[in-house]
Amino acid sequence: MTALTDSQKLAYVASQAADARVNVELETEGMTLNIGPQHPATHGTLRIIVRLDGELVAGADPVMGYMHRGYEKLTEVRSYPQITTLINRIDWLGSFANEVPFILAAEQLMEIEAPVRARWIRTILHEMSRIANVTLFLGDMGVQLGALTPVFFAFRDREHVLNQIEAVTGGRFHPNFDRIGGLKDDLPKGWIADTKQTMERVRTFCDEVEDLLMGNEIFEARTRGIGIIPPDVGLQFGLSGANIRASGIDWDLRRDNNIGLAYDELDWKVWTHPDGDSFARYWVRLQETREATKIIDQLCDGLPSGPVMAKVPRIIKVPAGEAHVCTENPLGEMAYYLVSQGDLVPFRVKIKSASFNNLSITPWLLKGVYVPDVITILASLYFILGDLDR
Amino acid sequence: MIRLPSVDATDERAESADPEAESAEPDERREAVVAGFAEEFGEQLVGSHIEPDREVWVRVAADAWRAAGEYARHHLRCRYFEFLAAIDWMPSPFGRSMDAEVDNAAKEPEPAAVQATPRNTGATGGETRFQVFARVAHVHDHDYWGVVLKADVGDGPDDLTIDSWVPVYAGANWHEREAWEMYGIEFTGHPGLRHLYLPSGFEGRPLRKDFPLLPRIVKPWPGIVDVEAMPGEETDVVKGDDRSSDEADQPEDSDQ
Amino acid sequence: MGLLAFELAYWQQTVIKMLVVAVAVPGAAFVLGYVFLFKMLSFMQSRLGPMEAGPYGTLQLIADGVKFLQKEDILPDRADRFVFKAAPAVVLISTFLLFVVIPAGPNAIVEDLGVGIFFALAVSSLSVLGVLMAGWASANKFSLMGGLRATGQLIAYELPLVLAVVGVVIQAGTLSMQGIVNAQSGGEIFGWGGLGNPFLLTQFLGLVIFMIAVQAELTQVPFDMPVAESELVGGYHVEYTGFRFLFFFMGEFGTAFAFAAIAATLFLGGWALPDSWGVSGTAMHVLGPIILVAKVMILSFFVFWVRFTYPRFREDQLQQLAWKVLIPLSLVNIVATGILKVAF
Repeated sequence: MTALTDSQKLAYVASQAADARVNVELETEGMTLNIGPQHPATHGTLRIIVRLDGELVAGADPVMGYMHRGYEKLTEVRSYPQITTLINRIDWLGSFANEVPFILAAEQLMEIEAPVRARWIRTILHEMSRIANVTLFLGDMGVQLGALTPVFFAFRDREHVLNQIEAVTGGRFHPNFDRIGGLKDDLPKGWIADTKQTMERVRTFCDEVEDLLMGNEIFEARTRGIGIIPPDVGLQFGLSGANIRASGIDWDLRRDNNIGLAYDELDWKVWTHPDGDSFARYWVRLQETREATKIIDQLCDGLPSGPVMAKVPRIIKVPAGEAHVCTENPLGEMAYYLVSQGDLVPFRVKIKSASFNNLSITPWLLKGVYVPDVITILASLYFILGDLDR
Repeated sequence: MIRLPSVDATDERAESADPEAESAEPDERREAVVAGFAEEFGEQLVGSHIEPDREVWVRVAADAWRAAGEYARHHLRCRYFEFLAAIDWMPSPFGRSMDAEVDNAAKEPEPAAVQATPRNTGATGGETRFQVFARVAHVHDHDYWGVVLKADVGDGPDDLTIDSWVPVYAGANWHEREAWEMYGIEFTGHPGLRHLYLPSGFEGRPLRKDFPLLPRIVKPWPGIVDVEAMPGEETDVVKGDDRSSDEADQPEDSDQ
Repeated sequence: MGLLAFELAYWQQTVIKMLVVAVAVPGAAFVLGYVFLFKMLSFMQSRLGPMEAGPYGTLQLIADGVKFLQKEDILPDRADRFVFKAAPAVVLISTFLLFVVIPAGPNAIVEDLGVGIFFALAVSSLSVLGVLMAGWASANKFSLMGGLRATGQLIAYELPLVLAVVGVVIQAGTLSMQGIVNAQSGGEIFGWGGLGNPFLLTQFLGLVIFMIAVQAELTQVPFDMPVAESELVGGYHVEYTGFRFLFFFMGEFGTAFAFAAIAATLFLGGWALPDSWGVSGTAMHVLGPIILVAKVMILSFFVFWVRFTYPRFREDQLQQLAWKVLIPLSLVNIVATGILKVAF
């Protein structure tokens, strides 16, 4: 323990000394550049104060909170069914996935189990949110690097996924469909066939994007070796999801900690990449999108029959207790730490969103890169402002 | 899914046999975690709780907070830092801020048991008003399990200090800034406790229970009014109230 | 210029020339903007593009132009006012000057300078000055970085641009644009004159280097770091609104047209048909401009195809490409051309 802290101290001293040396040698006055809060690369209102030495980043400090909505406070005065409406707005591109861990946590405390069919449909929608979310990343990464075309393909094919989500839930962005004890409704007629077609489209989209970007020399030159996250550092900062899998950590909550969803009964693969750079993160997400379409296909094939709602009391009171449920969401691990005192409203809900952790590495990661790489790295870490600010 | 000694919980526990069957199987890994903490920290391990196949809670004394983190990281190989947060166990003086008339009416049949029960302080108990808790996890080798670490903080609301975890898990930086601005907990050894979400001049600690949610005070919230009646179910407090006032003006089948 | 059969007074000729150039620049920007930016880009991205203004959306750019004219002319508070206002004009002037030496027919050239291609390359560098002025005068850090990036980039790519042309000049033995066209139309490939001798065949490497350099000169993807939207928001023209922005837009697309025309002249034989085809000089007065525009559209197609497909380089990668790849290659090209010129 002490040996490690000593080596950390030494590394720190060495880095400080290196910084000082650089400053003495160059003696140029740095420039402070505000990236954001209204900047195209920040997907909303994130501000990053970058201290520049020429085009080299000497230090970066993300400033957030421009969209902080105080959900942890608001959940304390809302009943459990009302809270799903709020948490839909956390990661707004994969809204349904936000509801799942919260509902599962409440179900754990109430000792209710959703019927099998509800669990399978939840898994389908959970994966659909992943596709709806990550396809946009696959296109947006191109835009951040200057290639305009992929994002139009992404929007075009994502539309079909949203249509499918809308057909079930009635909401394209904020389904608010998950209930304690099951789901609001069953699937509409003919939905399974449409979904399989849609999955075919998504796979075609993945191939197109792969053709457009992956083999491209400029894309590789811009992403390979940029923003390398060593696995141990990534874990320390709490990176999760594709970001940590791209650093070679073979960890997926869908496989390793499957609570209340149907992943155990399917045949699928967790993709990892050993490099840990921006390219690896893109590659892992692309493979995961493909994998998600396969998961949905299997779920559609084997969907069991039965009710979609368990018997729950009409006014939901959650018994006192503490529950922690985490699921593998599109952006990474999303967890709710739910503390109940046996009331109509939770006592405390700690929302652990993926982007908050994923972005907390940026001050460390952005040091010493070029300005264009700041954009690459931010894009490849992939955060949603709602998920960051909560 | 832990059960706490409150009035409601004990009642329901008697009814369901499942959790007892579950807890009959010992969870060896999580018990080993607790045993490890007991060996390392001795008296400083204040409490622990195991929910088999789900979760383990370990509560340590405030002095041992950083050491507990180091132990989890280096000995238990919990390399993944999930979150660090704080909690205020004081019951809110503002109730649930659901004090609109309809809400009170809906509340009526339930006894005010919540306020009456002694203060409930979570899985491993707690003596102080504020606690910090964090969760770290082991993610290697397809073997995922986590541990929730807890520690009591400080004496009064103005004197809350605890060791920072930043030297152990670098990612604790932002989480501690958040806990500081939301609860006012000082983390000693933190490289810079600044506001994270709120503007830098903000006063007050918003997530403390005695910090009022002003919109709710300015304007009563309709609260529970939107719990719909089940089909065929007519006797609803809310509807009963509405009918007396509104429906006198409108014939019942006008819209249909 | 004897565009018409009868002789005009000098001032009349000058007025006509000015009018031609004044129409050519916006016209060229209009055509390229509509055909490539609006329609081709849209089709590549599986959408239709503008469809409402005019038949098939043809008048959309006019509507946009009118919109730009109506916008408020905003000057940043701490901008260097004179320089800020002058910058778009400097950029546009360089575009206008480019059109002076491009031949579109036997006599359809504003001024057939003896050093035509040299003049064209010289005035095209003027736009750097305008870009740097815009970047500096905006009093905006993003603009400044954009301006500096543009300067570094344009200076780096000026060199391969010039060097790629040297091969053509050696082969043609003249700097005059008309001379280069005539050298191609009257040339022979090993004694066979069926196609003339377009320098495309002998100077293919030169053409590739020239087009890459043009791409960089125009700050088009993959060399668009000076205006990179996702990084610098808009680079040197981030603070420009209304008609001043329109100037930049016209400058960009007008220059694209001009460079494509220069490349067509240098490498594809320009307006001329091979002499052996026996098309009369009179017919060429009409056919010449059409042939030139057709070649320009083909070359522009490649310019915009790359623009819409590729991601952008990073600044250091761009400099590496210029100094480590393009410049050595073009030097090799010059040496090879010189040796072959002497040998044959």
